[in-house]
Amino acid sequence: MSREVVILGEVRKGKIHSVTYELLAWGKDLSDKLKTRLSALILGYNLGDLEEVIYYGADKVYYLEHPRLDNFNPEVYAEVLVPFIKEIAPDIILAGATTTGRTIMPYLAGKLKAGLTADCTSLDIEEETGLLLQTRPAIGGNVLATIKTPSSKPQMATVRPKGKKPLERDTNRTGEIKIIKPSIDLNSRIERINFKPREEEVSLVDAEVVISGGKGLKDPRNISLLFDISKLIDSSAVGASRAIVDMGWIEYPHQVGLSGKTVNPKVYIAFGISGAVQHLAGMMNSESIIAINKDPEAPIFQVADLGIVGDALEILSTLKRKLEERKNNV
Amino acid sequence: MNIYVLVKQVPATDKVKIDESTGTMKREEVEAVINPLDLYAIETSLQIKEMYEGKTSITAISMGPPKAEEVLKEAISMGCDRGILLSDRAFAGADTWATSYTIGKLIKRLEPFSLIITGERATDGETGQVGPSLAGQLDLPIVTYTSRILEINDSYAILERETEEGTETLKMKLPGVISVTKAIGEPRLPTLKGKIKARNTKIEIFDLEKLGVTNEEVGLLGSLTRVVKVFYPKISRTGRRIKVKDPEEAVSYIIEFLQERGIL
Ligand SMILES: Cc1cc2nc3c(=O)[nH]c(=O)nc-3n(C[C@H](O)[C@H](O)[C@H](O)COP(=O)(O)OP(=O)(O)OC[C@H]3O[C@@H](n4cnc5c(N)ncnc54)[C@H](O)[C@@H]3O)c2cc1C
Ligand SMILES: Nc1ncnc2c1ncn2[C@@H]1O[C@H](COP(=O)(O)O)[C@@H](O)[C@H]1O
Repeated sequence: MSREVVILGEVRKGKIHSVTYELLAWGKDLSDKLKTRLSALILGYNLGDLEEVIYYGADKVYYLEHPRLDNFNPEVYAEVLVPFIKEIAPDIILAGATTTGRTIMPYLAGKLKAGLTADCTSLDIEEETGLLLQTRPAIGGNVLATIKTPSSKPQMATVRPKGKKPLERDTNRTGEIKIIKPSIDLNSRIERINFKPREEEVSLVDAEVVISGGKGLKDPRNISLLFDISKLIDSSAVGASRAIVDMGWIEYPHQVGLSGKTVNPKVYIAFGISGAVQHLAGMMNSESIIAINKDPEAPIFQVADLGIVGDALEILSTLKRKLEERKNNV
Repeated sequence: MNIYVLVKQVPATDKVKIDESTGTMKREEVEAVINPLDLYAIETSLQIKEMYEGKTSITAISMGPPKAEEVLKEAISMGCDRGILLSDRAFAGADTWATSYTIGKLIKRLEPFSLIITGERATDGETGQVGPSLAGQLDLPIVTYTSRILEINDSYAILERETEEGTETLKMKLPGVISVTKAIGEPRLPTLKGKIKARNTKIEIFDLEKLGVTNEEVGLLGSLTRVVKVFYPKISRTGRRIKVKDPEEAVSYIIEFLQERGIL
């Protein structure tokens, strides 16, 4: 039987989302090791760009097209995917650890009786057995565990967004695009009746730079400085400690940490955050960390690559001014 | 309306201490608490009890060692009516599939329900898979990342769900499963009356036999995944700490740092 590594692509706002390309980079490592095909499963309606999926590494694209696949609904997705997965019987299925991936993957795994590992930060193939080795953090990043799915198929995993860079886009790559028009009989028990898009440009979990503030910002009026700076840095978003969310200085969707979001941007900048373990749990895996705190003993410095002992407010306003100057000079 | 709320007992991660010389967690000092995010699941069920016109019964369900009875008592002290604990040596070592399977077996034996509510994720395993897996196994609809309950009656619920792109409003036919986020609202504290009730309420225990399943279906044997290695990541930061003479100097460090990483 021919083996296959499959990634479940993601479509947002009618476009193939970059998580899809990251997943191809993850999948490519595995399919190379297994010497198998790398395929992408894309669900949507009226999508262009399918060639892109090939340019970024897929050997084959299964495009499942239907008006009702236009936005994510776990029941409709499962109705289409369960029989399809049974038919192509892949070895491995990967998806992003996004709100969609974290919903559809366990829902499918429940229906398929397949093992699933969440939120992996590294994947490998065990040489002797060809099994997928899935490594993920647990207990607030304090422990790493490697997990195997020895007896059930497919082996399923979600991986952290931004955990890997997409491969170089190569327009010489060729592959097959198979368009499938599934029939959907199901009258879903879930119906979308409204949608309000997020106002910020970049969502916190997707941001390359997170600019976060804590109680050290002293006054709710200073929070706007974080947003001003975020507007001046591409692909950045504003984060917050729970302390200032609880005080109502900023809304909950910005909270980073154990009871907020987990982020892993290229750079995380913490202004006036002490670095309580619960906060660290949500940002410790960032690629790099800058911390600004006036207390040289603040625990946040233990995880920082660049720690600045100083006044967060003065530094924020100066940073804003400098970034504005830079912008006006180009 | 019958509601089942799933609550888990987890190690208190805020109490986790890191041994600085090795960068590892000092496990022995950890006590067990209710999964903080499950307090929001309990809160949701109590909000529904207040919104819904008819009579509501809320049952908290947990799977774990006998000690996990504590989290069910806590749920009752906050306002839940009843607590059921799935506890048997055979249940130990369950992965998310086997956990959902075992909880699903129990729910099939209980009275019909309108809603199963779970937390967003447990702070120990951190998978958030149990709710959707349970929904898949029981063939129920699911709404994850629920941030608000707008309306609920016997046949449907109208809910808000937060995603990377924005806020969806969804209408879900009941029975169904939801997982909720912290946005649902601050969990209420236990009341004195609740504490007395918790003390006087007997937690119902379901073991292997009472559940009517075999050894092979549950726990480690019923699991599809295996942990093959556990290790402690070393905190490998440089810990470079700079005292700056003025904000200008600080900003030049920050800008340089961002430039080195291709951000600016
Ligand atoms: C179950 C549980 C879950 C939790 N979940 C989360 C979570 O998800 N996210 C989270 O963030 N927290 C969480 N917490 C709370 C966490 O324990 C801390 O209370 C919180 O992170 C502290 O926020 P903070 O750093 O802004 O405030 P503080 O701890 O008060 O720190 C403020 C810092 O600012 C510094 N400072 C003051 N003035 C200045 C200045 N002018 N310039 C520079 N620095 C200055 C101070 O030195 C201090 O270090 C949780 C707690 C519990 C119990
Ligand atoms: N052993 C358990 N007993 C009861 N509920 C659980 C258990 N494990 C997980 N849950 C529920 O499922 C949610 C997600 O857990 P997890 O998939 O482990 O992150 C939790 O917030 C709980 O509501």
